[in-house]
Formats: sequence, structure tokens, C-alpha cells
Amino acid sequence: MLRLCFAAVLIAIGAGCGNSQSHAVKVVGSTSIQPFAELLAEQYVAQNPTLGVEVQGGGSTAGLQAVANDLADIGMCSRLLKPEEEGEYTDTVIARDGLAIVVNPENSVQDLTTEQLRGLFTGKIQNWSEVGGQDGPVRPITREEGSGTRESFVHLVMGKERISRRSLTQESNGAVKELVKGDSAAIGYMSLGLVGPELRKVRIDGVEPTAENVLAGTYKLARPFLFVTRGTPGADAQHFFDYVLSEEGQKTLESEGLVRAQ
Amino acid sequence: MKQDKLIALALLMVAFSAVSGLALITVFIFKEGLPIIVKTGPGNFFLSSDWDPSSGNFGIFSMIAGSLAVTVCAMVIGTVFGLGLAIVLGEFCPPGLAAILKPVVELLAGIPSVVYGFVGVVTIVPLIRTYLGGPGLSVLASSIVLGIMVLPTVTSISMDALRAVPRSYWQGSIALGATKWQTTHMVMLKAAKSGIAAAIILGMGRAVGETMAVIMVAGNTLEVPHGILDPVRTLTSNIALEMGYASGQHREALFATGVTLFVIIMILNTVALVMARRGAGEGRTR
Repeated sequence: MLRLCFAAVLIAIGAGCGNSQSHAVKVVGSTSIQPFAELLAEQYVAQNPTLGVEVQGGGSTAGLQAVANDLADIGMCSRLLKPEEEGEYTDTVIARDGLAIVVNPENSVQDLTTEQLRGLFTGKIQNWSEVGGQDGPVRPITREEGSGTRESFVHLVMGKERISRRSLTQESNGAVKELVKGDSAAIGYMSLGLVGPELRKVRIDGVEPTAENVLAGTYKLARPFLFVTRGTPGADAQHFFDYVLSEEGQKTLESEGLVRAQ
Repeated sequence: MKQDKLIALALLMVAFSAVSGLALITVFIFKEGLPIIVKTGPGNFFLSSDWDPSSGNFGIFSMIAGSLAVTVCAMVIGTVFGLGLAIVLGEFCPPGLAAILKPVVELLAGIPSVVYGFVGVVTIVPLIRTYLGGPGLSVLASSIVLGIMVLPTVTSISMDALRAVPRSYWQGSIALGATKWQTTHMVMLKAAKSGIAAAIILGMGRAVGETMAVIMVAGNTLEVPHGILDPVRTLTSNIALEMGYASGQHREALFATGVTLFVIIMILNTVALVMARRGAGEGRTR
């Protein structure tokens, strides 16, 4: 409990500090977008030394709340807005990201249908041999409740079905990567831009998970990266917004493994 | 004299503000957490394993079971090694070696928990996966990590308890012809038993409350574990995993998880305090 309160105090202090430099544009939200937003902010500030951009993580939902409470100018959201949120915010797609299904390189499965993928995560398919792999248990790895990556996965793959309670839960893309790297029975999902050479991406319904296929719309497991505001953003925020959507900003995102907005 | 009073008053205020901080925390988490327990119904909240915040199911039984399983196994490891260390350092070890070993054990307390978790993920988890099977992230992995983390607590408090036993007991037993080991386990350990129990319970408090290291090595599934190779989610890791995103009822349910944890730790600490007092009382009457 002490830890929690300490965190609360830190956040309060952080918010206090934020208020004191009110000229900086505050961008808060999804930890999936955070590294990209930080990179963009760095370049933007290098070009506009008088302006400031502060990027903070916290998660998609936390970002939306921060915008609603005027604690942030722009919220970062790595999932579609829910119906009840749509009226409240204005959202702009700044990039698209594929959701890669990753397995250990020792796993012989190359291809899965969406149906099979769903079965693997609901726990209906318990053995890799049922989907054409070697005989052995399946260990699905999921992300924690509330993660934008998880919500996109549920939206795109699971539909109404629930992710098995037996699935291992990890709290970051990095932790999922680490686990799949070491466990030949594991299957996980993560941001396409963050998959390293130590993992193998599985084809879904016969389509290779690449940036080109996401852009062409053939690879179905893709999600938008959103910048969310309430009403019209302020002048400084709008300026940063324009930079992100400019040719240069989009090129930066592309070079980091994302797919451009249009 | 006037200065004395002023200082006493100032110190009283400092002490009071620390205590009131604790009181505020208590009031706050109960205020945030209790309503959802009442709303879900204590039966559903504590005895159901169905935790699915997005569809409004809040059952924390699997996490209570997970916390208990991890804590009990960790204390078995922590007690065996911690008490063993305390006995060796206090009774058998040459003073020169003890002077090196004791600070080393105490140093363990200063290592941040992420480091323990990281070492666990990189070393213990793959070993378990390769040689014992299962996903590696498991009750066993968390217990080993936690067992090491509670060593300093268990060792140093047990040592103090052993040292508090009057030296005449030791001398008397040796004079009667008992060996050193017979004296240790039949006289010293018995005389110090309430202090040792307090050491174990305080260590248990630390094990129940540890979060970061456990998240990294426990696997965090929502299933009640059936064996020590199954992954688990503890109460603390549930809060830390989902805190960042939670809002509304989900957030309240996390606070309610905190309430549960708070009550468990309060019970453990009270038991430890009572045991320590009883131990002190026994010491005086003899």
C-alpha cells in the first residue's frame, strides 16, 4: 500500500511540475505510442527550440482521462475509441500499426487462420499438433487488462470470446518478447514494429504480416494509433499535431516500423 | 526547561503527522474499496475466481489463493535458510566468518526488488522450464525469489531472538553433558521460539506485500494454481498490473484488492506483535 501512495504522491508532484511550465504541449497515453511520440517530440523541439513537448506514458485509457480532465493537451490511444467515448473526443489517426502474432523460432507452425488463432487463445486448442505443429502444449501469452494492444487484439481476433484465464499475463511488449524467445510452446501478440529477429511472425489467413500488407489492407490485424483531443487543440498543440502529420513526421514513423496514416 | 517543552511538542507533532498519514491512507483505501465489495457481494468477491473487469466480474479468489501459495512456499524456503543461517551465525560460526557473513546477508535487504525479479526471469525461470517443465513462470520461481528476499528479515530477527536467550541456559545445558547441537535445538531454539515465530511472520508480511519481483516471475494467470509449477497471480501484482489503466468500477475493485491485502497484512503484523510481546514476557518471568 505504501508503494501505491508513493506513486500517487509522485504523480501529484509530476502534475505540479507540469503546471509550472504550462507552455509545453503535454502528450499523455499509450505506452505503445510513447516511444514514437518521444522521437517525434525530440525532432520537433530540435527544429522549434522555443516550443516544448512533454511525452508521458500511462496507457490509452489514462491518456483519454488526462485529456478529459485537461491535464494533457493530446492523448495517445492505441485502440479504437469505444462508442461511449466517441462523442466526447476528437481523434486523428497518426499512423497504423500491425499486430504481429509471434512464436518461438523452434515452433514449426507458419500459418494460422483467425479461427485457429482464436482457439489458441480461448484455450479450445491445447496442443500445437491440432494446428499442424509438433506435439506439445500451447501457452498463450496475453497483455494485462486495459492495455491498448490487448484491447485491439480482443477486438480484431477474439470478438465476443474471452481470452483463457490460463494464459500468462505480461505487462509490456518487451516482457512478451522475452517470454516467447525462451519458450517453444508460447504464442503471443505484439506491435509489429517491435518484433525482433529472435521471434518468428506467423502468417494470418495466408497473409504475411508486413507494413506493406497493413497499408494495402490485406493484413487484417492492424490497429490505428490515435492522437485524441477534446474539441479544437490550442495553437501550440495544433503546431505539433501538424508536424506529426507532415511528410517528415510520417517518414520518421515509417522508418521506425509503423505504417503511415494515409 | 521551556526549550525542552518546545522540542517535545515539535517531536510530538512530527510523530502525530506520521501516524495521521497512515490513518489517511487507511480511510482512503477503505472508502474507495469497500463499496464495490458490498455491491458485488463479499461471497462473489472473495470466493469467485472470475476476474474480468471489462464485463464487470470481480472475483479475486484465484489471487488470494495465489498470494497464499506463493507466500507459504516462500516462507518454507526463507525459514529453512534464514533460521539455518541465524543458528550458524549465532552459535557455530567462528566470529571472524560471522563478521563477514552477517553484513552480507543484510546487504540482500538493500537490493531493489526489480533486480531480484530480473535475475529470477533470466536464471531461475529458464531452469525450471527446462528441467521441471511447465512455463517456468510459476509458484516455484516466485517462491525461490521471495525466499531469498525474506532471508535478511528472518535471519536478523531470529538471531536477535537467539541472542536474547540468557547465556546461562547455554552454559547449563553444556555443563549437563549435552552437545552443542543438542543444546541448540533442545534448549536455545525452544527458549527463542516466540521470537523466531515473530521473525517468520514479519518475513511473511514482506513476502505477501512484494510486487515487482513477483509480477516478473509469477506468470500472472487468473487460474487457481494446482501445483508449484503452475503460474499464479498475487493480490499485489493484480493491483500493479492493472492500476495504470483502470477506471470506474475496475479501479474500485483494485482498491478492494488493496483492502484485502491490507487486512491480511494487519492480521500478520498483529500476530507477530503479540508473539514478540509474549516472548518478552516469558523472558522476564523466568
